[in-house]
Amino acid sequence: MTTRGWVALSLAAAALVAAPFVVDRYLLSILLLCLIGAYLGQAWNILMGFCGLLSLGHALYLGLGAYTGAILFVKFGVGPWLGVFAAMAVAVAAASALGWLGFRFRIEGVYFSLLTIAFAEVARIGFDNWSFAGGAAGFFLPVASEAQAQWFNLRGGPYFFYYLALALAAGALALSAFLRASKLGHAWLAVREDPAAARALGVNATRVRFFALFISSAMTAVGGVYLAFWSNNLFPAQIFDMSRSIDLILAPIVGGVGTLFGPIVGAFLLVPLGEALIDILRALGLNAPGAKALVYGALLMIIIAATPNGLWPWIARKLKLEGRGA
Amino acid sequence: MTFPLFAEVFLKGILTGLVYGLMALGLSVIFGVVRVVNFAHGEFAVLAMYAAFVLFGLYKVDPIIASVPVAFAFFLIGYGLQRTIVQPFVTRPQHEQFILLVGLALVLVNAMLMVFGPESRQVDLPYSLDTWMIGPLMIDKVRVYGALAALVVTAALFAFFRFTLTGTAIRAAADNLVGAAVVGLDVKKLYALSFGVGLACVGAAGSIMTALTDMTPMLAPSYTLLAFTIVIVGGLGSMAGALGGGLLIGAAEAVASAAISPSMKSMVSFGLLVIVLALRPQGLFGKAES
Amino acid sequence: MTHTTIDRRRLMTGAAALSAGAIAAPSIVRAQAKKLKIAVMLPRSGFFAQAGQSCHRGALASPKVLADLGYNVELVHIDTETNADVARTQAEKAINEGARCIVGAFESGQTLAIAQVCEQRQVPLSINVAAAPNITEQGYKYLVRNFPTGGQLVTNGVKLIDAVTKAKGLDVKTAVFLHANDTFGTAQRGAMDKIFPTLNMPFKLVESISYDPKAQDLSVEVTKLRSINPDLLMIVTRAGDAIKLTRDMVRQKFEPKAIFSPGSPGLYDEEFYQAVGPYADFFFYNLPWANPKSQMTQALEASFKAANPNNRFAVDSFNAGFTFEALLVAADAFKRAGAEDGPTLMKAIRETSIKDHVMTGGPIAFNEKGDNPNIGAVSVQNINRTPTVVFPKDVAVTDPVLPMPSWQGRK
Repeated sequence: MTTRGWVALSLAAAALVAAPFVVDRYLLSILLLCLIGAYLGQAWNILMGFCGLLSLGHALYLGLGAYTGAILFVKFGVGPWLGVFAAMAVAVAAASALGWLGFRFRIEGVYFSLLTIAFAEVARIGFDNWSFAGGAAGFFLPVASEAQAQWFNLRGGPYFFYYLALALAAGALALSAFLRASKLGHAWLAVREDPAAARALGVNATRVRFFALFISSAMTAVGGVYLAFWSNNLFPAQIFDMSRSIDLILAPIVGGVGTLFGPIVGAFLLVPLGEALIDILRALGLNAPGAKALVYGALLMIIIAATPNGLWPWIARKLKLEGRGA
Repeated sequence: MTFPLFAEVFLKGILTGLVYGLMALGLSVIFGVVRVVNFAHGEFAVLAMYAAFVLFGLYKVDPIIASVPVAFAFFLIGYGLQRTIVQPFVTRPQHEQFILLVGLALVLVNAMLMVFGPESRQVDLPYSLDTWMIGPLMIDKVRVYGALAALVVTAALFAFFRFTLTGTAIRAAADNLVGAAVVGLDVKKLYALSFGVGLACVGAAGSIMTALTDMTPMLAPSYTLLAFTIVIVGGLGSMAGALGGGLLIGAAEAVASAAISPSMKSMVSFGLLVIVLALRPQGLFGKAES
Repeated sequence: MTHTTIDRRRLMTGAAALSAGAIAAPSIVRAQAKKLKIAVMLPRSGFFAQAGQSCHRGALASPKVLADLGYNVELVHIDTETNADVARTQAEKAINEGARCIVGAFESGQTLAIAQVCEQRQVPLSINVAAAPNITEQGYKYLVRNFPTGGQLVTNGVKLIDAVTKAKGLDVKTAVFLHANDTFGTAQRGAMDKIFPTLNMPFKLVESISYDPKAQDLSVEVTKLRSINPDLLMIVTRAGDAIKLTRDMVRQKFEPKAIFSPGSPGLYDEEFYQAVGPYADFFFYNLPWANPKSQMTQALEASFKAANPNNRFAVDSFNAGFTFEALLVAADAFKRAGAEDGPTLMKAIRETSIKDHVMTGGPIAFNEKGDNPNIGAVSVQNINRTPTVVFPKDVAVTDPVLPMPSWQGRK
């Protein structure tokens, strides 16, 4: 990164830390969604951006993480700080099954993507019918008011969850940066660009892909635990839904796949865009149900058509934020 | 489960599966040539249903007959779409194509919501509620007509690919793109034709489905998913595969809902999908990729 | 402003949670308010658009009726897009823009997202429709629900089935329970499994079948029903699948003696009548319903017609009625409290006792959990494609038709 890049990053970080003291609760709730989006996008980006595996079913890990954390807490009294490890383990187990199928049988490209959808759908239907976890009727966590916030049980108000999301997003950024610079990161890039050549160079493609899948799914599961304790209710039709998987990957793709800051830029563009559209369309008198999503869809098409490789590389170039190769 | 019950359910699954197969065929044709996965496939299917609905409302055209003009109109839409919006994305990475088509899907669903409202719509055909008794089996007339129509359209498509110059050129492009370009085929035009033919399949299938079931804009994502499942099981890019996959999924879902629980039936098709992917990643009818 | 400064310091020194009241308090005008601003949050697009728009029509009809009753409210209409995240941020925004009470949100997931915001910002949430029992069991203090829980619906629904069939001398021995496997249907199934054995019904529940609410047709399900051939069919549907179900029942000539919904939507939506025409007739649904003999109902109906000339009140009256009543609860509490700050308004809402209202049942009042235990169900039957209250006698407009006439020869 260039010096300008570092300055910009520090400024952005400072702004986010200070935000709760400045903005109102509405803006804070939007910022929180941006941070969650950035975090989950970062997790997905490790698999897709770094390793070249397009997952369209990340809702699987999100849902598994959320349900694991919530079930352990409600049914077995295990707090989320412990439960999060179980959640990661469950997600990694599911990822292993998927990876075993996918890598062992050489299911690649679009077939791999569709396999990930199938896994997420199977989980959705399974949880819809699993009465221990509430089935389609949903699973609920007890609500605590802010006055009796218990941080050790992830019970708290929006400020608590805001900083938690900020910590997650920052952590994910640091982890991504670290991984990308590591030996594993280079192996990923090699596999992403040319699996055959990577193999010829002695990279065990299957193994490094498994690592990417494990890290990505575990991170997503952590996000799931966060979602469970933040929203206090889980419905398979929402958390495992295909639309959830799509939502999750829009930000990193729009921001720039394979870049460190793409997922963040994407999330901080798309979430406010959706909110702004509601206001703009209302001001124009076009707030018929469906109008917002229609315009949002059209804008997605325009953005992706106008910025190949995503927004971040373009922004970074314009503002000279990144040095070569970043 | 008694045998007649099983037989009836199985037969119904097969009949419906033929229509689904036709819909999935569109996805397969587009992918086979253009190498773009149409993530707005279900949205186009529902759009075709509304088209048939409008034709019925205005001119009392039976949706099964309307499948011809709707397919034609969808061919033009597909051709235009490929020429304008999709073509620049052909060389772009898959995830960017994905965003483009997801955006398109959002536009389509919400446009339909704004125009037709959220209530489900349907056409009332004189025979919609009639059945035939074949021994102990009870078979809906619409299902039989729908399946026959789907078969006719599919046969016409196969003939097109087999016996016309354009059809052969498209198949050549699907098999070997570089070769096709080398021998002087206009690849861009072939892409547009393929996208058109693909959408014509969805158009016909959607129109036929209008006779079988109701439509709401919210139906679209589940049709997209259904089409994916079918083509993966059958083999993405394989025409026979889409049909075979349609039959298999149709029958498997029907039998599963009778034998296990109706709410678990999609589980069976996804299970099938996973098994097929493990045993034959290129699908039951697909050719192994080079 | 020292108040908030202290809180800021607290936050910085590590106390992670911050009392919402402390931050929100300065922005609340504690002076006597004249008009209560209510945000009506409904899923008018997305998966539940049909139901959300039905409720919305009720909200459009409400201001005039409330004004005539001497209440002073202002409504803001917000589309939640059937998306919990949108519901959450829009609730925050509505409160920022001066809404002091929220009404919504038809479906449980979004309702809970709003409930959380309301709880944190101490703004009352008056739920119009949402049946998940857990909503009032999670510990929210700023929430009331003038709507039956799944358990209430099933208990009343099944009891009424027994009462109606007995009154008509219909002999029912076996029943099948068919339900959509979605949030609502599964909750109803849970309630049915728990409650049915305790009700000592004269008929036996032979089987419960759940189906995929997104299924393209229900032909196989009906084939299964045909092979069981029960006297009575109990169904929990949404509008779209009720149509598919009816069509496949007609096609396969499956004719039980009676078809009852022990409390679910689907059988009284306009699209259902449009889609299946005469076959829509003679279905029963046991639900709280707009009391045809109440004056307020008649006033709401008149206003509904003016606000929504293209829609029938009879068809929307369940959604519209409960949406109106949720607004009524807020408006009434505001009038009694004379203030719009959260704690005062909420206290007044909890003390609600409204004798004359729209829906059937006793006075609107809330128990400690925030549920209204007085909601009563009636038996409504489709007659000439119009929901018609047929039981019990004191509110009935006409007599129930039983056993169900054959599909054939219907006009």
